[in-house]
Amino acid sequence: MAVRTVIPFGPQHPVLPEPIHLKLELEDEKVVGVTPIIGYVHRGIEKAAELNDFRQNVFLCERICGICSFIHALTYCEGTEALTSVEVPPRARFLRVFWSELSRTHSHLLWLGLLADSMGFESLFMQIWRAREMILDISEMTAGHRIIQGTCVVGGVRRDIDKEMAKEVDKRLLAFKEMMDSTIASVLLHDPTIKRRAVGKGMLSKEQAELLGAVGPTSRGSGVAIDIRQTGYAAYKEVGFEPVVETAGDSYARTLVRAREVYQCVELMRKALAMMPDGEILVRVDGYPEGETVARTEQPRGELIYYFRGNGTNNLERLKIRTPTFANIPTLLVMLPGCEMADVPVITLSIDPCIACTER
Amino acid sequence: MPRMFPTIWKNLFSRPATRRYPFKDIREPFPGYRGKIYFDTNKCDLCGDCARVCPAEAIEVDLENRQIKYYPFRCIYCGTCVETCLQQAITEDEHYSPPNAEKIEELYKIEV
Repeated sequence: MAVRTVIPFGPQHPVLPEPIHLKLELEDEKVVGVTPIIGYVHRGIEKAAELNDFRQNVFLCERICGICSFIHALTYCEGTEALTSVEVPPRARFLRVFWSELSRTHSHLLWLGLLADSMGFESLFMQIWRAREMILDISEMTAGHRIIQGTCVVGGVRRDIDKEMAKEVDKRLLAFKEMMDSTIASVLLHDPTIKRRAVGKGMLSKEQAELLGAVGPTSRGSGVAIDIRQTGYAAYKEVGFEPVVETAGDSYARTLVRAREVYQCVELMRKALAMMPDGEILVRVDGYPEGETVARTEQPRGELIYYFRGNGTNNLERLKIRTPTFANIPTLLVMLPGCEMADVPVITLSIDPCIACTER
Repeated sequence: MPRMFPTIWKNLFSRPATRRYPFKDIREPFPGYRGKIYFDTNKCDLCGDCARVCPAEAIEVDLENRQIKYYPFRCIYCGTCVETCLQQAITEDEHYSPPNAEKIEELYKIEV
């Protein structure tokens, strides 16, 4: 007779750096039930945003997440610009696309490295993080910081990329692509070690993904072609964009979506730099936010939603943030039951949980 | 694993990608890196714009004693104060503030 036990997974776990607590119900080694619990890293950012000057909030929002920081700042700026009726200069919109994709590339590489680490594939983990350093160097070169770019402000961007720097960035992006092709892509696509741990694990069908409201690579790995970049915010309309979709619905499909998106990001960055028009990068913002609006963008983990309510003063009346991991956590209730205990870390990691983001 | 072997062999006989810090210096930051800020006491007119725009409340202007208090451990190195200062009295270094056991503050006495 099977023995039923309850095992806590997290909030402190060597595989998962993020503090999520999963109460796993096991029958012998098989997971039969799971209860996700969050609430370990709440920072009260939404309240802090109501107390700050609306221009200063950009820096606060950028620090909600350390990995997709620029996209948080971008979403905040898109919303406040709508409320203050500010038209962002075209060059700034292209630069925003560039830094968004840079952010996405390093987030996906970080995740791919962590996935390899969760399988005990240390050499691949180090190789991916080595490639990620090339992206971080580009970030430092163009924005002045490795992780928190800090270039997006209400009304445009604070830094420009001149022709010479754009040429150097292009050269570095090609070198990065070369490194991905020669050392990492073939391992991710063909290596049996990864396939054995990820293929067929954590299944999420297209219907389930739609029903549970999954977003980002989690839904695209199940064949749902949802990507907010299709709405054409910033300069995605001009740059042109097609979402990356896989149909298998397992952990491996989600890995492939992210691996293919890394290549797509490089192309989008190169295109954005090549198509960038001349002109100013920042306009003056005179008004105060009044009324309410919603801003949506695509983070590396999926759809990010900001709700704003302004009352015509220097402070926002309300700022509500819905991060993609919050939408993706319910999918674990479908993915985990039926799997082996040893597969739990890889499956949990496959939704790329960012709990600090979720709890704000 | 088999697909990784060529890279592992190559890495085994090539130069390391990392540096042996602290025995060897880290590479210099790229130009324009946002690091620690410094005040020029000859240029500052104590207008307080930097303190008003600072998102981390890392700058305090003490008009009575004619001094500026800068908290490097609160500073988020965003560089907003540098952009705001009309007197161009704030400059940005390309290096981080060094680590310290205590959260010390820096005092700048503004001359008359």
